[in-house]
Amino acid sequence: MSNLIEIRNITKLYEMGEEKLYALRGVNLAIEKNEYVAIMGPSGSGKSTLMNIIGCLDTPTSGDYILNGKDVHEMDDDELAEIRNREIGFVFQTFNLLPRSNALHNVELPLIYSGLSRHERLKRAEDALVNVGLADRMTHKPNELSGGQRQRVAVARALINNPSIILADEPTGNLDTKTGEEIMALIKELNLKGNTIIIVTHEEDIAKHATRIVKIRDGMIESDKMSN
Amino acid sequence: MNPTKCQIRQMNLFIEIKESIIIAYQAITAHKMRSMLATLGIVIGITAVTLMQTAIEGINNAFEKSIASVGADVLYVQKFEWFGREDFEYYRNRKDITMQNYEFLKKYSQTADAVSPSAGSMQTLQYGNLNLENVFVIGTTDDYQRTLGVNMDDGRFFSSKESEGGYPVAAIGMDVRNAFFPNSNPIGQDIKVGSYTFRVIGVIEKQGSLLGLVSLDNRVIIPIEKFFKLFGTKRSLSINVKAKDIKALDETREEVASIMRKTRKVPLGGKDDFGINNQSAFRETYESLTSLIKVIGLLITSLSLIVGSVGIANIMFVSVKERTKEIGIRKAIGARKRTILMQFLIESSIICLFGGVIGLSIAFPISLIIDATVLPTSMPLWVVFLGLFISLLFGVLAGFFPAYNAAKMDPVDSLRYE
Repeated sequence: MSNLIEIRNITKLYEMGEEKLYALRGVNLAIEKNEYVAIMGPSGSGKSTLMNIIGCLDTPTSGDYILNGKDVHEMDDDELAEIRNREIGFVFQTFNLLPRSNALHNVELPLIYSGLSRHERLKRAEDALVNVGLADRMTHKPNELSGGQRQRVAVARALINNPSIILADEPTGNLDTKTGEEIMALIKELNLKGNTIIIVTHEEDIAKHATRIVKIRDGMIESDKMSN
Repeated sequence: MNPTKCQIRQMNLFIEIKESIIIAYQAITAHKMRSMLATLGIVIGITAVTLMQTAIEGINNAFEKSIASVGADVLYVQKFEWFGREDFEYYRNRKDITMQNYEFLKKYSQTADAVSPSAGSMQTLQYGNLNLENVFVIGTTDDYQRTLGVNMDDGRFFSSKESEGGYPVAAIGMDVRNAFFPNSNPIGQDIKVGSYTFRVIGVIEKQGSLLGLVSLDNRVIIPIEKFFKLFGTKRSLSINVKAKDIKALDETREEVASIMRKTRKVPLGGKDDFGINNQSAFRETYESLTSLIKVIGLLITSLSLIVGSVGIANIMFVSVKERTKEIGIRKAIGARKRTILMQFLIESSIICLFGGVIGLSIAFPISLIIDATVLPTSMPLWVVFLGLFISLLFGVLAGFFPAYNAAKMDPVDSLRYE
């Protein structure tokens, strides 16, 4: 069967003046639909760069990236924006919600960029917030919510456009252990419902939730095995 | 590609604009003081520019009003040319304009509606023991009323019989009436023009003044035949020709010129030895004098608008910098370059437009005060729209570079920005 994500021999080169720095040096990775993958690695290993490329926030220097049958490597900025909008749901360590907007508006935001009508947007955003257990927090602004609640809003936002992948970058990094476990449980639940999850972390405990662990070191894949 | 893609894009644009307006509103209200200060420059600029334009309108109106008495469709055939370029001597040495010229014109002109000669002299008027010095006495025919469209306030103008017979009758201007007959009926009274007695038969409606300088009411109009008898014939006349059709004024001018050349025996190829004057000479001179001043005035006032928009650009740069993270978030979840560009352009446009509205609402009452005190004017509607358009334009200009910077930000870098 065809893979949801197919990365072939990707490199990423950063040039700072005379100095050339390879963040990725030939990465091959294939991820199937409904997988739950953790990408691990110490800081500076290139895992953030890989995540940015998978999330279409950045483009590789060389190599191919095929996402859901589309060759992302060829796309311009606006096409990438559209891919991010429709195919990818981001969950960030620092939540990255808009501070001046309430939960409902934060969640409906991707749908604005997809051009849905207000009525449709609100209906879907409300459903999404109910699904993450925030039915009574819809009109709260981020600073009126706890860390866990904020991350739930972020998860609802990531899910709103039915993306191909949920991409979570250290989703529990700013949460206490108990709240972190709750968020991980929520993510697990999403995976069981059929969502493909890629989680980037440096914590073994968090990575254990995934069914497959990819370890990166020095810009290359060090190991790629099923979790036990 | 599926065929509805284009429609979806248009739909997107509309929704994005709505969203941008909401964001701009939030951003502006989140920094009320800052936005107010930023827009102050635009407020001052728009106030200055619209007041300048209003003042120009007022001056133009005043000018139009003051030359209305000259009559747009009347040609004045005279020795001198109004605002002529030659020396005074050149015009003075021309042959006088005579009654013969007048009769010739009256007889042969096809396109003239009415022709009247006029001769003028400064005289002292006397009524009882009241004296009025330096009154302009005009000798003319009964057609004068038709050529210059003079209306009577009281009584009547003299008839052709009185005109041809040189009867001692006079139509007086409003200034003369007010001086001699403040509370009594002037009709039928005898006044002295110089040392000759005239009977007042009519009062001419108030004419105002020419360019605010010369009163047109300090006058007495008498039959030209009488005028010649009393004050002599050795003077150059002005022949007033009213055109039948103002649209064909140029034709009338040509016809008058050729008749005049014939009667004055100007050789073929020779220069005209007379001037054909018209209201437009005033307008041209006025425009050549004032257009530069107007342009400079508007430029100087526009400077404040430019300074104001630099302020807006500055604030927009700060606003973009502050919201780097927000831009990153929006890009990560699917905002295109266009969306981000539009968001900041709309924000700066709203600030400027808001400044424009405040500026106009300050300028409007001031224009009313000017109207009531300095000179009659009104802020034309087009100035209001122009003011709003200019503020919008400056908003877009001031916002463009900051917005462009925001739009081309790298999503990874801006997400990482703290």
